Amino acid sequence: MKEFVTITIDDQEIKARPGEFIVDAARRNGIYIPTLCNMPGVKPAGSCRICTINVNGRLMTSCTTPVAEGMEIETISKEIEDFRKAVVELLLVEGNHFCPACEKSGTCELQALGYRLEVMAPRFPYQFPKRDIDAGNPKLVKDHNRCVLCKRCIRTILDEEGHHIFAFRYRGHQLQITIDPEYGMNMTDELAQKAAKNCPVGALLYRGKHGFEIPIGKRKYDKEPIGSDIEKLKKVKTS
Amino acid sequence: MPKKITIEPVTRVEGHGKVTIHLDDNMNVVQSRLHIVEFRGFERFIQGRPYWEAPVLVQRLCGICPVSHHLAAAKAIDMLVGAGNGEGLTATGEKMRRLMHYGQIFQSHSLHFFHLVSPDLLFGIDADPSVRNIIGVAMENKDLAVQGVMMRKFGQEIIEATAGKKIHGTGAIPGGINKNLSIAERNRFLDGKAFPNVDQMIEWSLGALDFFKDYHKKNKDLIDNFAAFPSSHLSLVRKDGALDLYHGVLRAVDAEGKVILHDVDYRDYLDSIGEEVRSWTYMKFPYLKKYGKKNGWYRVGPLARMNTADFIPSPLAQKEFEQFRAYTHGKPNNMSMHMHWARLIEILHAAEMMKELLHDPDLQGEDLVVTGSRQFEGIGLLEAPRGTLFHHYRINEQDQITMANLIVSTTNNNEPMNRAVASVAKDYLTGQEKITEGMLNAVEVAIRAYDPCLSCATHALGKMPLEITLLDSKDQILDKKRN
Repeated sequence: MKEFVTITIDDQEIKARPGEFIVDAARRNGIYIPTLCNMPGVKPAGSCRICTINVNGRLMTSCTTPVAEGMEIETISKEIEDFRKAVVELLLVEGNHFCPACEKSGTCELQALGYRLEVMAPRFPYQFPKRDIDAGNPKLVKDHNRCVLCKRCIRTILDEEGHHIFAFRYRGHQLQITIDPEYGMNMTDELAQKAAKNCPVGALLYRGKHGFEIPIGKRKYDKEPIGSDIEKLKKVKTS
Repeated sequence: MPKKITIEPVTRVEGHGKVTIHLDDNMNVVQSRLHIVEFRGFERFIQGRPYWEAPVLVQRLCGICPVSHHLAAAKAIDMLVGAGNGEGLTATGEKMRRLMHYGQIFQSHSLHFFHLVSPDLLFGIDADPSVRNIIGVAMENKDLAVQGVMMRKFGQEIIEATAGKKIHGTGAIPGGINKNLSIAERNRFLDGKAFPNVDQMIEWSLGALDFFKDYHKKNKDLIDNFAAFPSSHLSLVRKDGALDLYHGVLRAVDAEGKVILHDVDYRDYLDSIGEEVRSWTYMKFPYLKKYGKKNGWYRVGPLARMNTADFIPSPLAQKEFEQFRAYTHGKPNNMSMHMHWARLIEILHAAEMMKELLHDPDLQGEDLVVTGSRQFEGIGLLEAPRGTLFHHYRINEQDQITMANLIVSTTNNNEPMNRAVASVAKDYLTGQEKITEGMLNAVEVAIRAYDPCLSCATHALGKMPLEITLLDSKDQILDKKRN
């Protein structure tokens, strides 16, 4: 097996590890491809479609497409940017995302993507779905109004014995995350905090520590747009 | 033929209100009402939300006084987390909140006086409306306008330094505050480099008081007799009787100065205060239960606070307070336009308190939050710029809000504002053959003395042109004017 494969991303030739996903290869090389459901090191779900790029002339999700020798990849174009923006806009109108009173505001990845992609006004009609808050778990409050169904909680929150604490239930537009009644009740504080942290939006709120405890100005995206940390890598490499 | 005049919307106020004035065949005013025609519904849609969202969510009621709602809710939530009832916080927690609140009082009062009220004083109630506005003030009296803008800015900067944002910040959290004031942040308010410093604010506050007192001397009849009527007055006072805008006990005095509500713990407010619903407005009518719906109404706000407090705990404002009280020989002051005088005394007090706090090292403390054992009911009161503000919440075992009751300052002043409108309508419109815009502005001047902000009382925003509709007794439109 080859030690690396050569691919081209936005006219820049880079070396990628065989089998790694395009988004990870780009990230390592300081190229930011916007993501929402993706988490480094976690098996991708490809559910949000925000990381869509053009590979050899076809639109594909960079989080689920492994690199292959000679790939010609385009991450920025008018078409791609508009597509990504549309996805974010659709997510924003599909749920009830009222940033002003949300404790995740300033650290919310969906909100940060909205700013980064310059979502100024909705193109699509607000759905205003009627959804509930489930406050039955002693450690977490689950607000379905804000959930974007990224499956990050389902994929990353497992107890010590490997039981998944989160799962999907129902189908279609009623699909929602649910907490296992048995394992969820025994969730440790540490795991509950991890679930709230891994949630890219304000759908999972940890009861013990609230987002408002971080003052405005010190929240993750107050000073720099989402993706700046990745882009800094490139600057370091080129300087 | 009997006529009905409608002033809709009322201008230079935030929110939507309308006034209807009914005239009989001889053009005598038979009934006047201030209607609040918008509906907000915060008390309902906050139900089900986690309690810790309340201070951030409910402040969206208002863009002028969000800090008041933010802090009143935070005080109520403090009770829920077992952090006392406005007295149990750490020194840094309480003082940061107080600084935020004084910044709020300072900026809101400045906006109220300079931007919304001064045009009426400077140009006269019946002046051309195209001049009678803040731009007109800037053209006529540049210094006054600039001071007004800079004073408001100073207050807003204080809010940003304590709450994170000038409007709708997040500083107060359950049991305390989420940040302290760094030395660098503090120095911005003292060194005068970025904007005029706190000493300048005190000086300008004194200047504004001089402006008003001079105006008063020259316009005694207007200031003393416009919408003057006897009433009870209610506010929080510190336990020792001092003016305290952040925390205290409930005290009410009648028109003669007799104490009729004796320094009651505000957590027992439901024992003393009821609210009446009337079909023609969305705004309720609060009253002191002991005196019934008819006679139990009271005034709140700067005028009421000057009437209930025994003294002001800052030296320059205390001097002004003594003059204010001496004007009515120690008796309660029942003159609506003296609300502005009282407001300016509070601006001075807020500036003095901000200075004191800015020099207090407790603001650089690191101990920001206290916690205790969970309670399921929380009540938080404070003195907002326009008057006493009540926030009351109940939660379930899952931390969700199940009940919210808000009695905002404007609601407390509902009956007085209606009385003021009635008084002015009677004085200005009775027997007049022609109704002018100036006469109708007089009605609005009465409302503005109390409150330039009606929206929070029902739980919109907008400055729209004045529309006057003249209707007969069958509500047929006789005439319509729009400026």
